Amino acid sequence: MTGNIVTGAAEAGDTGTGAARAGYSADEIMTVTASRALRDRTTCFVGIGRPSEAANLARATHAPNLVLIYESGTIGAKPGWLPLSIGDGILAETADAVVSVPEIFNYWLQPGRIDVGFLGAAQIDRFANINTTVIGADYAEPKVRLPGAGGAPEIAGSCREVIVIVRQTRRTFVERVDFVTSVGFGDGPGSREYLGLTGAGPRKIITDLGVLEPDPATCELVLTAVYPGVSVPQVRERTGWDLQVSPGLAEIEPPSPSELAVLRGLLATMPAAGGAP
Amino acid sequence: MAEIVSLAEAMAEAVHDGDTVAMEGFTHLIPHAAGREVIRQGRRELTLVRMTPDVIYDQMVGAGCARKLVFSWGGNPGVGSLHRFRDAVEHSWPVPLELEEHSHAGMANRYVAGASGLPFAVLRGYSGTGLASHAANIAEITCPFTGDTLTAVAALRPDVTVIHAQQADRAGNVQLWGITGVQKEAVLAAARSVVTVEEIVDVLDPRPGAVVLPAWAVGYVALAPGGAHPSYALDYSVRDNDFYVAWDAISRDRETFGRWLDDCVRGEGAR
Repeated sequence: MTGNIVTGAAEAGDTGTGAARAGYSADEIMTVTASRALRDRTTCFVGIGRPSEAANLARATHAPNLVLIYESGTIGAKPGWLPLSIGDGILAETADAVVSVPEIFNYWLQPGRIDVGFLGAAQIDRFANINTTVIGADYAEPKVRLPGAGGAPEIAGSCREVIVIVRQTRRTFVERVDFVTSVGFGDGPGSREYLGLTGAGPRKIITDLGVLEPDPATCELVLTAVYPGVSVPQVRERTGWDLQVSPGLAEIEPPSPSELAVLRGLLATMPAAGGAP
Repeated sequence: MAEIVSLAEAMAEAVHDGDTVAMEGFTHLIPHAAGREVIRQGRRELTLVRMTPDVIYDQMVGAGCARKLVFSWGGNPGVGSLHRFRDAVEHSWPVPLELEEHSHAGMANRYVAGASGLPFAVLRGYSGTGLASHAANIAEITCPFTGDTLTAVAALRPDVTVIHAQQADRAGNVQLWGITGVQKEAVLAAARSVVTVEEIVDVLDPRPGAVVLPAWAVGYVALAPGGAHPSYALDYSVRDNDFYVAWDAISRDRETFGRWLDDCVRGEGAR
């Protein structure tokens, strides 16, 4: 359930990117791009929703030996379809090991054994801090009450690196999150070390427009790649801070027919088909 | 020593107004029948503790059973918001709901401390997050050996923990398997406990990875076949994902939710 976000779904990202005309949706290229960021023979702590879609797509395409770990304690789950929750029976039945919840966090996540933490977000800021708790400045009187932390704070702290997948809007990509649920780079360079966070933090933020990555010197998220048909002004328009653009800005390969076919096949297995969050 | 009684008796004996109640089960083996029984018995002013409140506590919060919720993730898994939970937090309906929120790792360790008879547990967690400044029961601690700064979380000691398991034997020994979550720790941390079970058998058949709770560590055992629905019990039932999707519409407004309570919990058709 980590980072499974429930608001803002109305701002679906199929507008203005030209993706739909190319035979795939903005959500599809986002999920495919996220799946490509996962390397074979690595271990991935998977949040439910879009992270789970992308991780299962990776396992079904270029990364058959990707080890999927869900916070329900299922290690090495190999679901044949997309689970709706992190505790669906298919995860336990196909896992290499099923351990208790204290064990998954204390023995497996906390010591830094897991390569990639894969999270969603309701809000993310220029230093890649994540909010999944409340929208609004006053915690006690929130404008929107979100699900909360789940496993995310410790996943963001202890995995060797973190990948975030989230639709990009001005309300989502903010100068400063209303509430720090999970730390990206805190206030900037040196924050993670000061806070004693052992993992390296976010490596890629994958959106429905392209990819942002932290600048190695400033830790600020900069635009490093866009999808075909997406312009830099479009991305800046949907970012709540003065977004910088990498000099080496790349264009991402569109989804291949086989990637699309596998992804659509996975999504068709969800209850209320297409009902992924 | 475990007493085998009816579900209604078990809940009436174990859960009283104002109690701190943990009903655990991490997506799997959620004690829904027991939750509906708490609603039927009209309990009030409960402090409800659970890592993932999800649909079971959405129902109890909407029915007005709770005054406080201690939790780490409050959503409908894979579906969206918990509308009764949000209505209580955002509009104090039907009664105000105080929140104490944690991370999963924090909650899990709080149960471990409770089960271990320790006042707190230690983890690498919460550092730099807003949670530490908004929730009680989280504090910085310095390791006496290395000088590292770590996080201490206070033990959870519920008045009563309620779980669902696949099997008990006639003496009240309990066995659960599949995703076993934090149930062992939650039962051992509590002063009283209730275990609802799919089946009472003559002899527990050992299962790989099972958690076994000896009868002397359990308070009440009650037979409740299908008692995890819409959650599931591995090898007995499958998760009713369609119900979780349907709950979104049932819970979205107060009137529809009220009809559901009348028809499916308090009414004739209720178990």
